Amino acid sequence: MKVLATYNIKGGVGKTATAVNLAYLAARDGYRVLLWDLDPQAAASFLFRVRPKVKGGGKALIAGKRPVDDAIKATDFDGLDLLPADFTYRNLDLHLDSERKSSTRLRSLLAPLRREYDLVVLDCPPSISLLSENVLHATDLLLVPLIPTTLSVRTLDQLTGFIADFDGKQPRVLAFFSMIDRRKRLHREIAQELPAERTDVAATVIPALSAIERMSVQRAPVTASSPRSLAARCYQELWQEARSRMGLREAPPRS
Amino acid sequence: MLNALREFVLSDDARAPGDGIPPVDDPRFGIVGSGKSLTLRRTWLDTFDWRLFRAGLTLEFQTGRGTTGLVLTGRDGELAAADPAPGRVRWPCLVDDLPVGPLREHLAPVAGVRALLPVARAASVLIERRAVNEDEKTIAVLTVDRMTVSTPEPVTVPARVAVSPLRGYHAQAAKLADALATEPGYGPAVHSAFELALAAAGRRPGDYSSKIDVQLTAAMPATLAVVTILSRLFDTARANVDGTVRDIDTEFLHDLRIAVRRTRSVLKLAGSVLPDSMVGRYRPEFKWLGDLTTPTRDLDVYLLGYPAMARTLVAGTAAELRPFHDYLARQRIASQRQLARGLRSARFSSLASRWRAELDQIGRSPGRRPATGRFAARRIGAAHERVLRDGGAIDAASPATALHELRKRCKELRYLLEVFASLHSPAEQWRAVNELKALQDCLGEFQDTEVQQAELRAFAARMMADRSAPAETLLAMGEIAAALAVRQHAARGEFAGRFAEFSSPRGRARITALAEASA
Repeated sequence: MKVLATYNIKGGVGKTATAVNLAYLAARDGYRVLLWDLDPQAAASFLFRVRPKVKGGGKALIAGKRPVDDAIKATDFDGLDLLPADFTYRNLDLHLDSERKSSTRLRSLLAPLRREYDLVVLDCPPSISLLSENVLHATDLLLVPLIPTTLSVRTLDQLTGFIADFDGKQPRVLAFFSMIDRRKRLHREIAQELPAERTDVAATVIPALSAIERMSVQRAPVTASSPRSLAARCYQELWQEARSRMGLREAPPRS
Repeated sequence: MLNALREFVLSDDARAPGDGIPPVDDPRFGIVGSGKSLTLRRTWLDTFDWRLFRAGLTLEFQTGRGTTGLVLTGRDGELAAADPAPGRVRWPCLVDDLPVGPLREHLAPVAGVRALLPVARAASVLIERRAVNEDEKTIAVLTVDRMTVSTPEPVTVPARVAVSPLRGYHAQAAKLADALATEPGYGPAVHSAFELALAAAGRRPGDYSSKIDVQLTAAMPATLAVVTILSRLFDTARANVDGTVRDIDTEFLHDLRIAVRRTRSVLKLAGSVLPDSMVGRYRPEFKWLGDLTTPTRDLDVYLLGYPAMARTLVAGTAAELRPFHDYLARQRIASQRQLARGLRSARFSSLASRWRAELDQIGRSPGRRPATGRFAARRIGAAHERVLRDGGAIDAASPATALHELRKRCKELRYLLEVFASLHSPAEQWRAVNELKALQDCLGEFQDTEVQQAELRAFAARMMADRSAPAETLLAMGEIAAALAVRQHAARGEFAGRFAEFSSPRGRARITALAEASA
């Protein structure tokens, strides 16, 4: 089982759109996928029409009083399950802090799912916190959507530096430019130059497209509702790049 | 694959136009979806003696639109294991010939050496619809199944709807099922699709068993009881002929052979109540039939026990012994051919038709005396006495033939206990047979290991003569023969203790009580 997380300190950069579409594409390719909506804003849960409610809330999940397995809901797509958000997730840092080995608790919670899923996708809330540290410890590949600005690039450097200081297993980082506005020269320049200079920046870019914004109206991944759209093609490219970076083997036939 | 929470039968007039499923009149739920259909060819499988059914399992082979799949479900329809791509499977099929995986692992201990055979076939047109809640989130899949049973003649059974909840939506799906149950047109599904297919095909689960399950009474004429037993044994033998000729699995021949052996014993021990010439005419015929089955069964015993035999090698290796396996397999092909020829012969069909006709005729006017209870008591008592007398005469100096003869007497007693079992209390019967069985196992081990040693020598001589065995194979066979000799010696040492237990006052009392209870 591989774990992929979409993460950025900033909000509104396309983390949820990426998590939702990559999770769908992985399931479509035959992988058994679990998407965990860790953001109390519950955007991913909303997109899959799943009510953002977990019995016992985040506290019971983190404390292990309620098995993660019990809270999982099937989405309307074959092979794709969702662990929904809950408004109590806003206090996850507090709950994590009260656990032993508080920075690797998330990884322990995911371990029993190894036989059931090939891929877990974590949709993270925008922050840098104990939860973020847990995500970094649990993850094989950290996907970081970046708005093409100089400040965003600086933030990426801070993040990679933070990870480099980790003891033990470190996630691979793959940043990519998101919400690119082709009309802006700065966007075009940064999106062109940086992937050529850095191996941790993907060649794929996700443009700012109304089809992606419309996902909240359709309440479905754009890769499912408009599979031939430009947006879907971009996510498809990003998924291929992420899959290859994770070294995910070809999916076996699904029963 | 989703597990069905509840199934309904649709009444014919409830068929909604176009989509084949009546709507649900409840604001909490909706039924949506394109209603695309899928045609599925379905074959249900079990062993000839219904081992899967008895274990509460249902195995279905599904093919449709270029795909195949094997699905194993439990008593309540829950998924036990599945193989979504078993490749090209031809039925009948031994479990060992299925692809390696969880499904095969699940089936292997249940089916054992028995082949999986089609027991019913049907074609289903499946239409899937989605049941959604107020958020338009799918909570369950509704599958409409319009099934036509294919054999022996096409029969269409009433359409069914299965409600299969999505993960995490069990409670909502249960509420939906409750709502559907109140809708006109949705009736409860009492029987599973498998049961319907079986019934339409004229089959009944468990309709074959090698057990002598005849119901006798102490007061019925003994002639009628013996004819009933012989008829039952004849049915068992006949039921196994086709599978033996087609060589579907080794147990067809095993059951056929046991039925013939029991028939011979009943003729010998209880034939006195049959018309005078009957025993004399049929005993040689059934001996011929028994002898016909012997070579193939002996080779089956070798081949079935081969893996365990190869594991006992210490000096030799499994690879060195392999030519012996191949030799046995070639011999078996030849002996199976002869067996099949014998079972297709005019002699066999004449025996079968004459035997059945005579049994039917006697069964119609069986006379009145003696009564079954007293007759069974006398026969069991006499057979028991013989075992005690012959066994008591055996000491450390007795030849092997004395033990072989005792084994035959024990078999006769066992058969009498089994054929008259319906006259006894099941608990007492079980205890008596169990004790006798322990003695039989010891005698069986003694004789089988001796016969196998002799056969091994004969095989080795023939293999040397036709140059099909390298020296290392003969050495490995020698090692097997030595291990058999050790086992035989151990069985001989065990005999005195086993017999002492069987002939102890408590052991005697068990069988005496059973014999008396018959009357």
